[in-house]
Amino acid sequence: MGMTIAEKIIAAAAGEEQVKPGDIHTVELDRLMSNDGTTHLTIDMYHQKLKHPHIADKDKLVWIIDHNVPADSPKTAASHKKMRDFAKEHKITFYEGKGVCHQIMMENHVRPGELIFGADSHTCAYGALGAFGTGVGCTDYLYAMVTGKSWLLVPETLKFNLTNALPKGVYARDLILTIIGQIGANGANYKAMEFGGEGLKTLTMSDRIAICNLCVEAGAKTALMEVDEVALSYLKERGREPKHTFVSDADAVYSKEYQIDLSTIRPIVAKPHFVDHIAEAKECAGVKIDEAFLGSCNNGRLEDLRVGAELLRGRTVHPLVRFLVVPASQEVYQKALEEGLLDIFMKAGAIVMNANCSVCWGSCQGVIGEGETLISTGTRNFKGRAGHADSSVYLASAATVTASAIKGEIATADML
Amino acid sequence: MGKLFKFHTDVDTDQIIASQYLLFPTIDEMKVHTFESLDREFASKVQPGDYVVAAENFGCGSSREQAPSVLKALGVRAVIAKSFARIFYRNAINIGLPVIVCKELYDHVSDGEELELSLEEGIARTKNQEFVCTKLPPYMQGILDQGGLIASLNQ
Repeated sequence: MGMTIAEKIIAAAAGEEQVKPGDIHTVELDRLMSNDGTTHLTIDMYHQKLKHPHIADKDKLVWIIDHNVPADSPKTAASHKKMRDFAKEHKITFYEGKGVCHQIMMENHVRPGELIFGADSHTCAYGALGAFGTGVGCTDYLYAMVTGKSWLLVPETLKFNLTNALPKGVYARDLILTIIGQIGANGANYKAMEFGGEGLKTLTMSDRIAICNLCVEAGAKTALMEVDEVALSYLKERGREPKHTFVSDADAVYSKEYQIDLSTIRPIVAKPHFVDHIAEAKECAGVKIDEAFLGSCNNGRLEDLRVGAELLRGRTVHPLVRFLVVPASQEVYQKALEEGLLDIFMKAGAIVMNANCSVCWGSCQGVIGEGETLISTGTRNFKGRAGHADSSVYLASAATVTASAIKGEIATADML
Repeated sequence: MGKLFKFHTDVDTDQIIASQYLLFPTIDEMKVHTFESLDREFASKVQPGDYVVAAENFGCGSSREQAPSVLKALGVRAVIAKSFARIFYRNAINIGLPVIVCKELYDHVSDGEELELSLEEGIARTKNQEFVCTKLPPYMQGILDQGGLIASLNQ
């Protein structure tokens, strides 16, 4: 029987010829990412709960301080210090202030065919490079850190066949929000989402990361894309080689297949308070906003900043709007600086901030107050996600967010 | 018997424990903020042995293990829902918090009602009604039985 990409990666990691959905296997993990959202608790468990504290292979571990950077309180500083000291003592690959964990992983570590656990739900982003990334909690992480292994239930796979190309002014973010709206917030629960077809070839690596990253908002266990020339040249530029480049077999079994014509996608917003609560952006035109956010592991890459800067050229941010621009990594920041993008943002009145998770996770920078509204390229719009429990978040593309920052109300780029 | 606290569909992990508390040093410091955006009094009202009951997709969103951990630390005996988001489900089993799928219960109980759950039988009982719950796959029941995933490392 044929296998999907997800099944092939699990089979290789389990040392099996064949696996099928519903099976539970013990798998060898290639990489283990953890960030400051939970690592302090992992370290406490390591010291307090283990009879024989031990790390199977420190070279598999990548630790990244990215959520509250720089520390916003003495409590955060203490948790960061714990993580920093442990990483130093155990010689764990460690980043701090270099950007959002998933962007750093894509830039520096992920290889096609790998099986990666990340202590963060958006680890599914790694599928853009044909790696099986999945989010776990700190107990799972600790178990994997100690043994190098874990248990994994083989998911069913949903297949998304993409055709044609996105229209001008429509972005990968509009596409994935459309798909999540179509299948619902638990439409892919426990499942893998696989993307392929001719339409995939028209999408850049940045687009692909944006798509895979958000699949957890449909409940997906992982997201996977076929590895093609676009992915291979991204890897090569960064001096990395694939572990395996798996493609799904012609007779692989999918639990459902979807045909998505990219040319039919339109600018989309996800309305408060659910990612699957979507509407055409134009339907929300005129909704007043207090803050706009261009950043995050989903939409804070150079390509996204270029879209925003291009719209802002010769225009200014609305006087009643705080427009936060937060590059997804230091590498993105540096390139945006060299290209003159940050100059455009700053002259237009935006607040350019250091690379980190920022208001996307609503704990440190730029949180919004009671009754306020944010339009964001972040990952989630749950109730209270960006600050006060009684505030609202709309999710949209870099273009729609920037256009809204200029108008002071939700607007698409063609309304400027 | 414990009291049941009833929540809606798509309760996300930000509602269970908000981001601004996650980097607090300990779960005990976080637990007083459980369900803060939905019910400010929850942490003071809930008693050890009580239950959380929800509709579909409970625990969707982030992978923060603090979500099941604060519920366990408050003494919640089990979460019973029509369905769970997968990361929450896996985290709960790993830390030894029973997460029970029961399609029928939600539509037939009210907030504050008394409930008793027999994990062995897979049956939830109120004063007048009985509901058959879906049993965990044996592998996951095994993790729960030994007291969570870390316990297996210490054997």
